[in-house]
Amino acid sequence: MRELVLTRHNDLIDPLVRVWGWEIPVYLFLGGWVAGMMILVGYFLLRGRNREDTCVCSVLPGTSFVLLSLGMGALFLDLEHKLYVWRLYTTFEVTSPMSWGAWILLLVYPALAAAFALRPPGILRDLFPAVDRLSRRLDTPVGVRGIAAANLVLGIALGIYTGILLSALGARPFWNSAILGPLFLVSGLSSAAAFGHMVARHQEERELLARSDNVFLAIELFVVALFLVGLLSSSQAHVAAARLVLGGPFTAPFWVLVVGAGIVIPLMIQLLAVTHRIAHTPVGPLLVMAGGLALRFVIVAVGQVSHWAKV
Amino acid sequence: MARYGMVIDTRKCVGCTDCVVACKTENQVPEGLNRDWITDDATGSFPTLHLEIRTERCNHCDNPPCVACCPTGASHVDPFGAIVLVTPEMCIGCKACLASCPYDARFVHPDGYADKCTFCIHRVKDGLDPACVSVCPTHCMTFGDLDDPNSEVNRQFASRPHHALMPAAGTEPRIFYLT
Repeated sequence: MRELVLTRHNDLIDPLVRVWGWEIPVYLFLGGWVAGMMILVGYFLLRGRNREDTCVCSVLPGTSFVLLSLGMGALFLDLEHKLYVWRLYTTFEVTSPMSWGAWILLLVYPALAAAFALRPPGILRDLFPAVDRLSRRLDTPVGVRGIAAANLVLGIALGIYTGILLSALGARPFWNSAILGPLFLVSGLSSAAAFGHMVARHQEERELLARSDNVFLAIELFVVALFLVGLLSSSQAHVAAARLVLGGPFTAPFWVLVVGAGIVIPLMIQLLAVTHRIAHTPVGPLLVMAGGLALRFVIVAVGQVSHWAKV
Repeated sequence: MARYGMVIDTRKCVGCTDCVVACKTENQVPEGLNRDWITDDATGSFPTLHLEIRTERCNHCDNPPCVACCPTGASHVDPFGAIVLVTPEMCIGCKACLASCPYDARFVHPDGYADKCTFCIHRVKDGLDPACVSVCPTHCMTFGDLDDPNSEVNRQFASRPHHALMPAAGTEPRIFYLT
């Protein structure tokens, strides 16, 4: 028997840590999704698909811009000392993933803007001749390759950072796994491919994105398994943390919402779609994106419950 | 440079919470929040029960995760005594330090910044003990320089078996409990 009685009841800490509410999972999801879209944009640009009017790579940068801004808005809402947010950009703290993230995000916006400027909407070209001039200047083989490389590299950095942000917090054993970076990256890629699958106008592109989403979902399933195996083969605190989703209070949301509805069911739907047994529908992609959001909510919630033994 | 720490005798601590009141008064800790607190830790099963009463606070770790994760440098190790502090004007209130502390020693001050025990650095600079140490009616707490082999805190440290909290978390805490 062990009974701990504390005279303390600090807000956000006692009886259980709940420092991060809905804002951080939403930010991590949107950040991961944008990261995936940047990688897809980079890929399509390298393949020269930006020359085609119907290329999904002309839709993704603008969408990413909006989604990332919404994510940053959520992050800003989470801050307790909002007026001091500019302090992030007065220093670079090499051991702080959040500092890395702040600077990565500062680079992500110009990369997205450059990708957007390659194929701006006609109305923008008409209204602002400078946009048209910029577009022509960037649309050279070297320019396109540079923008593609920037989107690929920054997309990977952003996607991994969203996971490292949590995994660097060793006080919470459920988060303390290096696998979280790759897990959030591949989840972001699957959400991006799912979104691309939904909005793609070109049949060949839709098939390509659905097939690649299936690959991402299969990898995500494998990485989830690795994540749990890693926790189960680590210290007692990590094993206890894994048990929170293996019979513990978070078992149902993790297995039903994240793994079942977010990975396995859409994978089955999309496998049927790419083998032409059923038509492409938005159901699979919407489930993938909802699953990506659920993954962040569950991981953030479980991590805050997991802890080290007191003595 | 000094490296301040504490040794706390759990056989002397009676959990009177004088240290808690002294801290709140000295540091004007807002209502409903605590920089230090008392933990009653009961283990075993009847009739072989063991009760350890501890006064707890920020452990001013040698490897402080709150400092490592801070994106602005607000959380830092002060050159004076290697005390872990927060500069309110640099803190954005991201709460990463709250999540990174295995001891849950930090909280958000109503003014929006992360707050915690400072070892009463303003008193220590004047040659005084932290408020909690100075008011303890059983003298269960000893504060001093862990790097000074002749300090009272080191003498206490060597006098009896002791433990730190959550050594497995790897933070190298500087508060030790005599058992």
